[in-house]
Amino acid sequence: MQTQSMFFKKRAGSALADRTLRGSLQKLPFAERRAGVVDEFGREEFEALRAAGAEVRDRVLENLDAWIERFEAQANRRGATVLFARDGREAAALVLEICKRHGLRKAIKSKSMLSEEADLNRALAAAGVEPVETDLGEYICQLADEPPSHIIAPALHKTREQIGRLFAERHQKPVLDEPELMTREAREVLRGHFLSADLGISGGNFLVAETGSLALVTNEGNGRMVTTLPRVHIAITGIEKVVPTLEDLSTLMRLLPRSATGQAISNYFTVVTGTGTPIDGAPARQDEGPEHMYFILVENGRTRLVGNELQSMLRCIRCVACMNHCPVYQTIGGHAYGWVYPGPMGAVLTPVFQGLENALDLPQASTMCGACSVVCPVKIPLPDLLRKLRERQVERHLRPLGETLGLRVWSWLACRPASYAFATRLGVLALRLLGDRRGMIHRLPFASAWTDGRFMPAPRASRTFRDWYARRGQNLAPRADSNTGLPPETPLNPSR
Amino acid sequence: MRPSIGIAALQLLELSGCEVKVPAEQTCCGQPGWNSGESNSASALARKLIDEFENCEYLVVPSGSCAGMIRVHYAALFAEQPFWRARAEALAARTYELTDFLVNVARLKSVPGRFDGVVAYHDSCAGLRELGVKRQPRALLELVPGLRMSEMPDCEVCCGFGGTFSLKYGDISAAMAETKCHNIRAAHADAVVLGDLGCMLNIEGRLRKEGDARTQVLHIAEVLTGTRNG
Repeated sequence: MQTQSMFFKKRAGSALADRTLRGSLQKLPFAERRAGVVDEFGREEFEALRAAGAEVRDRVLENLDAWIERFEAQANRRGATVLFARDGREAAALVLEICKRHGLRKAIKSKSMLSEEADLNRALAAAGVEPVETDLGEYICQLADEPPSHIIAPALHKTREQIGRLFAERHQKPVLDEPELMTREAREVLRGHFLSADLGISGGNFLVAETGSLALVTNEGNGRMVTTLPRVHIAITGIEKVVPTLEDLSTLMRLLPRSATGQAISNYFTVVTGTGTPIDGAPARQDEGPEHMYFILVENGRTRLVGNELQSMLRCIRCVACMNHCPVYQTIGGHAYGWVYPGPMGAVLTPVFQGLENALDLPQASTMCGACSVVCPVKIPLPDLLRKLRERQVERHLRPLGETLGLRVWSWLACRPASYAFATRLGVLALRLLGDRRGMIHRLPFASAWTDGRFMPAPRASRTFRDWYARRGQNLAPRADSNTGLPPETPLNPSR
Repeated sequence: MRPSIGIAALQLLELSGCEVKVPAEQTCCGQPGWNSGESNSASALARKLIDEFENCEYLVVPSGSCAGMIRVHYAALFAEQPFWRARAEALAARTYELTDFLVNVARLKSVPGRFDGVVAYHDSCAGLRELGVKRQPRALLELVPGLRMSEMPDCEVCCGFGGTFSLKYGDISAAMAETKCHNIRAAHADAVVLGDLGCMLNIEGRLRKEGDARTQVLHIAEVLTGTRNG
């Protein structure tokens, strides 16, 4: 997927103007449901679980190469083939090679974010292999030829009416307005694809090193169809998705659905191990899964996170609790972020994967409110990582001159108390001149970004606290002033 | 911007029996530089602040985000300077957000203020998530005669201020403030009370722009001392 992150401001602006989108974003139910299941689990217990989850992920990341090799060996032993791709292009090329080798013509897909990174659908279609998304939200996005705007609710940006019209046009059927009826229609269309496809492409929520297994979390059951019906199955994931043992998998599975959709467990949880082909002389099990199974593990920038201050980002299990709780995401939606991963996690991943200079706004477009990091199931300190990226921008002189100068002047002044006090006094007087009779400034000359969307309250008094305090020290405190809101000299009766 | 906050905070601290010093040279904790990736300018200001305050028994700050900067971020700022890091950590351990200090250290049991009306409390982000300030302001507001609490929906969600964010992404910031004001109105409160000046400017500016001239926006210290309940 071509990054559009450099157009963040423009795209955010159009999202803000879209009242329908903002309404849909406000209605996202995941945060509330998560709070419910966390309470049910026990808040303290859940905190302990988060710590355990972070520990599992850190244990993997400390020796990522070794765990990947272990996974590869175990997957091979069970009849699967493990391939590695440096980037999205290589991943797509590997998929096409497999299609050619086995003569595959139609691919049913369950959700894979890596497939978005690799722009796989475009590559498949160009090579004459028909890709069909089978996750309902992804299917809608595919019909509309739009990228997903949320990882677990990909078509969040579309309204029911828009989807009704889209289905009618693409399915050549009458317009429906009931979600149940639309879902049924999509099922009917997809059923045919499930039965006629010869390739299944899935992502992977986790890869289990001790057994060489793939773990998949879905709510629609499409993941099972994709991994079992076609004769070839390809799972495409990032290299960091490995976990050591099934025990570790269960720790993370306690965290993932709760953090993602607020479910204690997803509707479907699938662990796929090996192929239906006989291993070590065991009897054939052709009824159990595909003839050929491939894993494509993609790097695509991930090793740039290993061994430095951003490494904790690789703990991410793509639950998207961070975006479900991000007030910025909830205001502008996913498309503004301009690449595969929106929200706080995307604001860290995109600049690292796509280049710091191509996504300058992403690390900046956060109020650092910290809502993301307190819900992250693997305790990624997202605001700290955003701050590190901001430091990198400064180091590489990627910030606008005005901003850098402004901050330096501020800190120069703040290091010189007398000048600072003088400047503050001047500022207070100037701002008071700009206020209306209620003390509201409607237009700030050098900060219209503030006043375009709100007023700026002017200082309530011409005297600063500093002045008041200095005079008080000299027993010259001012009297109550009803205009300025300064209180009368307070009864000072410290009971020391 | 609002000297009454400092005056009220001072009064509350003195009422709880503290001897209060306000060093004349103090300026800024360095948070704008720190959050903008300008760690050099942040650490210059942080060193200055440590010099000025480390001889005090406690450092009390009437702002969650400034207190959070000192208590949580100074150690990270000096991660590679052991000498300053040790001093920063020592000061951090004695640094409190105002309401946290009043409740948990000074154990203030009564306040001079009075407020006849309904109040909604907005949990500012840094105070809430970096310092655990949640129960403290509410416990203090309970001490104010005449005051009735009405929690607003999503009281823990950011108002959209975010320091320089409010200028860099003014439109997103104002849209977030719009949501916050919507929730404030849902609480049918006479005043929204909070503990951070930045959020106050943002929320009050948006409320007034929307034509709401009635809902007061007050710092908790102002409410507790009754200095601005007109």
